[in-house]
Amino acid sequence: MTSEFFSDLAAKFGLMFLGLAVFAAAVGVILFLADRAPKRGRDVWQLLAFLAPAMILLGVGLVYPAINTAVLSFFNRNSSEFVGFDNYVWMFTEPTILTTLGNTLIWVALVPTLSTVFGLAYAVFIDKSKGEKVLKSLVFMPMAISFVGAGIIWRFVYEYRAVGFSEQIGILNQILVWLGQEPQQFLQNSPWNTFFLIVVMVWIQTGFAMVLLSAAIKGVPVEIIEAARLDGANAWQQFWNVTVPGIRSTLVVVVTTISIATLKVFDIVRAMTGGNFDTSVVANEMYTQAFNRGEFGQGSALALVLFVMVLPIVVYNVRVMRKQKEIR
Amino acid sequence: MSDATTRADDKLDRPLGQKTPTTAAEKAQAEREPSKTRRVKERLTSPWATAAAILIATLWTIPTFGLLVSSFRTPEEIRSNGWWNIFVSPSFTLENYFEVLTVSGASSANLGQYFVNSLVIAIPAALFPIAIATMAAYAFAWIKFKGSGALFVLVFALQIVPLQMALVPLLQIFSQVLGISGTFPAVWIAHTIFGLPLCIFLLHNFISEIPGEVIEAARVDGANHTQIFFRIIIPLSLPALASIGIFQFLWVWNDLLVALVFSGGTADVAPLTQRLAELVGNFGRNTERLPAAAFISLIIPLVVFFSLQRYFVRGLLAGSTKG
Repeated sequence: MTSEFFSDLAAKFGLMFLGLAVFAAAVGVILFLADRAPKRGRDVWQLLAFLAPAMILLGVGLVYPAINTAVLSFFNRNSSEFVGFDNYVWMFTEPTILTTLGNTLIWVALVPTLSTVFGLAYAVFIDKSKGEKVLKSLVFMPMAISFVGAGIIWRFVYEYRAVGFSEQIGILNQILVWLGQEPQQFLQNSPWNTFFLIVVMVWIQTGFAMVLLSAAIKGVPVEIIEAARLDGANAWQQFWNVTVPGIRSTLVVVVTTISIATLKVFDIVRAMTGGNFDTSVVANEMYTQAFNRGEFGQGSALALVLFVMVLPIVVYNVRVMRKQKEIR
Repeated sequence: MSDATTRADDKLDRPLGQKTPTTAAEKAQAEREPSKTRRVKERLTSPWATAAAILIATLWTIPTFGLLVSSFRTPEEIRSNGWWNIFVSPSFTLENYFEVLTVSGASSANLGQYFVNSLVIAIPAALFPIAIATMAAYAFAWIKFKGSGALFVLVFALQIVPLQMALVPLLQIFSQVLGISGTFPAVWIAHTIFGLPLCIFLLHNFISEIPGEVIEAARVDGANHTQIFFRIIIPLSLPALASIGIFQFLWVWNDLLVALVFSGGTADVAPLTQRLAELVGNFGRNTERLPAAAFISLIIPLVVFFSLQRYFVRGLLAGSTKG
């Protein structure tokens, strides 16, 4: 078994180094040729050499697929027949899909709000306190953990054993038992199970919000806070009237980034309930329809709805970016 | 956390332009007469805030801690009672780790193989997009051409196209045109494409901040774009390249969706996350294997996180707090 494992290992790493070498050679050749381009139009050749690889990949890998998916959403399950808006009608009349859409709205309403509030509160609480680095690391750590890993971690927290059957192995149910309550099936009792999944996402994203907001808080000039204090503002007034306006742009970035991540969330639902018990979200449902059931038309329609939900955030971000460029 | 990391974090967190005591004499003076920062600090740090912070930190850590403890308990104990019992009857074993890593067979976890797959996927999939994105970011920042601004906004907007929209057509290209579906190159290319918009955006933020005089001077000396790129841009952007590279590496390592679609799901190509997701699918049957299995998938990200945290944080901040 071991020798088999090591020959497998050698083959895979061999392939990896070959891939890296081929890639390096390709980039090298492109830049070398750009360097030696004929004098006439050299600028154009060099621009192409730098920009074309990225643009070709994005065109083939994102722009074309996005357009194609939009078109597929108007065709039947194997894309052989044009069906108009049937897939969209299906989506808004099928009760399970309506639940899915509703769940997605609950996710995108709760996750960014809760993560930002917890992250901001935590950043303020630990600001300049002793052991700030360690406290920061503890809350930031879930960012490094995969959604699947987080799903496993929290499945153990929520694990349920029926009364009298055995001891509880999930800490949340054990706490309920200690308090003299009945243990609950946290992941199966709809509609509350959606909220228990949301807790996992909040657990992951709070560290992200905290790190960015903490850096922004440290950028608020001490003099202004001092001045507010001398004017007699209490801690809450200082926070609300000085700190929050000072970090507004970072708050916007944090909320939009987490909103986008939340809309696309797929792994948590997949790893914890598989979308059963009324917990599915659009991103997960799209995968289920297209890849598990072979319903490419319906899957594509769901993907398009996801895009439409993200679109306002894109437009808002682009406008903010434009404004910043004007200021510069 | 090591001393070096702590010090570097200090530097990172400090607002720009704030002077810090460097010599012993300055330090002594700072201690004698508390600075403005210190006086403000005394006002803001209330015992209640500290208590709340510690409470949140504890709540955030307990789930991971519980899983870590579970991974060292015997399978019978994991099944029969909760991890907190280890404080009453302590017993540790490495059995679970050996089981999930080395025992092969249809019904076992086989994680050793998947661990190798994850590495073989994540290393190129972190390097490729960084290289291509650096070139594109340089073009956007320092080569003037018509429509540059509009094209950059388009790339930025692509960041937000849900991967779900790209999967089906890209899979068709891979299987029907290139014939590489279910191989490592397919996964590399997919990750490269999906990572590009964010990498270009973050690197552009950094590269466009390089002082124009430096590049102007090189151009006067007769350097062309390729030479400027290798002699000036890359050396000056190394910190940003490192931080965004780490970010991309973690993202790829932790990904499930791209792996599910492009790896074909076999032990030859699929990464750890996919095998884990399968094990979770039969949660009841795998209860005693999961803690160790999950921790194996967490080892690399946690090592990367704790040893390179400051670079990782810098990468996050590059695109979000500036401007």
